[in-house]
Amino acid sequence: MSLPLTVASALSDFGDGLDFLVHQRDSVAGGVQVGGAKNLPLLSEHLKVVGLSMLFAILIAVPLGLYLGHTKRGQFVASSISNVGRSVPAIALVLFFSSYLGLELKNLVFAMTLLAIPPIFTNAYVGVRQVDEDVVDAARGMGLTGVQVVRRVELPLALPLVFGGIRTSVVNVIATATLGPYVGVLTLGDPIINTSVYGDDGRIGTAILVAALAVLAEVLFAAIQRAVTPAPLRPARQGLRGLRRGRPTLAQVADTPA
Amino acid sequence: MDPDTAQAEGPSANRQAATLELRNIVKRYPGSDEPAIADLSLEVAAGEICVLVGPSGCGKTTAMRLVNRMIEPTSGDILVNGASIIDRKPSELRREIGYAIQQIGLFPHQTIAENIATVPALLGWDKRRIAERVDELMDLIGLEKAMAKRYPGQLSGGQRQRVGVARALAADPPLMLMDEPFGAIDPINRERLQNEFLRLQGEIRKTIVFVTHDIDEAIKMGDRIAILRKGGVLAQYATPAELLMAPADEFVEDFVGADRALKRLALQRVRDIDLWEAPTVRVGDPVSEARARAAATPIGHALLVDEDNRPVSWLGDGDLIGERVVHHAGGLTKVELDDVLRDALADLLQGKVMYGVVTDHGGRVAGVLSVEVISGFLNHQVAGRIDQAPAPAERLA
Repeated sequence: MSLPLTVASALSDFGDGLDFLVHQRDSVAGGVQVGGAKNLPLLSEHLKVVGLSMLFAILIAVPLGLYLGHTKRGQFVASSISNVGRSVPAIALVLFFSSYLGLELKNLVFAMTLLAIPPIFTNAYVGVRQVDEDVVDAARGMGLTGVQVVRRVELPLALPLVFGGIRTSVVNVIATATLGPYVGVLTLGDPIINTSVYGDDGRIGTAILVAALAVLAEVLFAAIQRAVTPAPLRPARQGLRGLRRGRPTLAQVADTPA
Repeated sequence: MDPDTAQAEGPSANRQAATLELRNIVKRYPGSDEPAIADLSLEVAAGEICVLVGPSGCGKTTAMRLVNRMIEPTSGDILVNGASIIDRKPSELRREIGYAIQQIGLFPHQTIAENIATVPALLGWDKRRIAERVDELMDLIGLEKAMAKRYPGQLSGGQRQRVGVARALAADPPLMLMDEPFGAIDPINRERLQNEFLRLQGEIRKTIVFVTHDIDEAIKMGDRIAILRKGGVLAQYATPAELLMAPADEFVEDFVGADRALKRLALQRVRDIDLWEAPTVRVGDPVSEARARAAATPIGHALLVDEDNRPVSWLGDGDLIGERVVHHAGGLTKVELDDVLRDALADLLQGKVMYGVVTDHGGRVAGVLSVEVISGFLNHQVAGRIDQAPAPAERLA
């Protein structure tokens, strides 16, 4: 096949995929209706998984990261969580816990929560640790209590990084929640995995939708991240490079002095 | 604070300065054999600047941080206004003690006004009172009101430093702790800030514990200086003049420096030492009388003055001829009563003269300062006079 033909065929597949998102049709084997409005329950299940796991992850990771960062303890815990989070494959996590928690929503939410915690925790921890020690010393020396130091100094200064972590996690979870059907949760992953039912159009269409959701979340949380950055610390707008700002690397975590 | 007991002078002197006493303080860190501070006792009088100075590792910063319980002593007691602070809640205690550190530690996400208002806000002052206090302090440290809305990142190092001091002063604490507050500033601005601060202290009269590693800064800023050696041992606690006149041991002598005689000259003004009487003559005086006067002093010259007793010229042998003294134009080296001796000596050396005419505010002759007088002052200054060195705030011209 010549190159122009390849491009044309890809564009045509893309168009068929988009068509699947808006028009209902018979499944490949027949008998069931798929596509169009029939995608809505999948989308809603997908967003439910994302929403719940992000909620739990934030409720666990932010306070823990702030606490350990504030007390300057848990250097080992922090880098372990960060490392493990990066090395355990999401699919292993999902399948492993399904054998304990069964094939249902809570299993997937649990696995997704575990997946979402490391970036948020690491960023919250690093966010607090990178606050200038002299600023904290001055705050304590003037009579701020521990809680006041966190609330008035460390949290505002760490907030941009915290939201950077949330942004990373939400994109991660949106993409990974497509594994849902393996453990019996019908998310947007269903058409991607079960091609025999949805056909190629279904696979490509939902893949496009998931990608679009991920990009949308990225842009949305980048805006939030910028909004929560204290005005004097806000970098000048600088396009896509700026979007990735505030995400600590593993090296940074490891370098943070104990 | 009872307003009736308030000091009258100064915009911020609403509270009486506190006394401070460290009693047999020992500080050991776990895992270290040598104590960081071994049995330190120190008393600071109300309204005085006590400078803690010494080589690095001598425990001076540790000693300062004990006072607001940023560090807890292993044993010993600390008394502010005679009351022990050991049982006080640290955060409450700290709100009553001004705190300024070298790195300043301004909150980068808050405006200058919010930074200055930190402690008043913690103490629950109402908004109007806080706003008034911020205005007052901006004025005191010489920053324009418009700066109050800026963020620390938009200020120069010197301005930030002043904001740090203003923030420490905000709730009008009777006691202040300052850890090398001018350490991170270039020498020219540091000198200016030091002078500004001494002038400020002249108004507010706080009790201040001031940490530095710079003996010159200590001599300049301190009413009393505590020199610490390694292990937080107090080597000497004395006024700057005493320290320079009579260092307690070799360590202090070394630390003070080989030029301590010169340093002493910076502590005293021309008016503080015994000047020679000037052999003044006026136009029209008999020459014989003028010669007699000149001969009566070691100077050997007569000093021609005008009707207002302002110096005009030295008259030597060659000038004193004829019957009456006639007008002479000539140059002479003048120093002022308020000059510090070091500057006066510099003027004499600069003019390559042995004698300088000392004038008062109106430019009238007040006496003669000679290199001999200065050297005599250095050699024979009696111990009884040491304490007469003026307080740092008064030393400023």
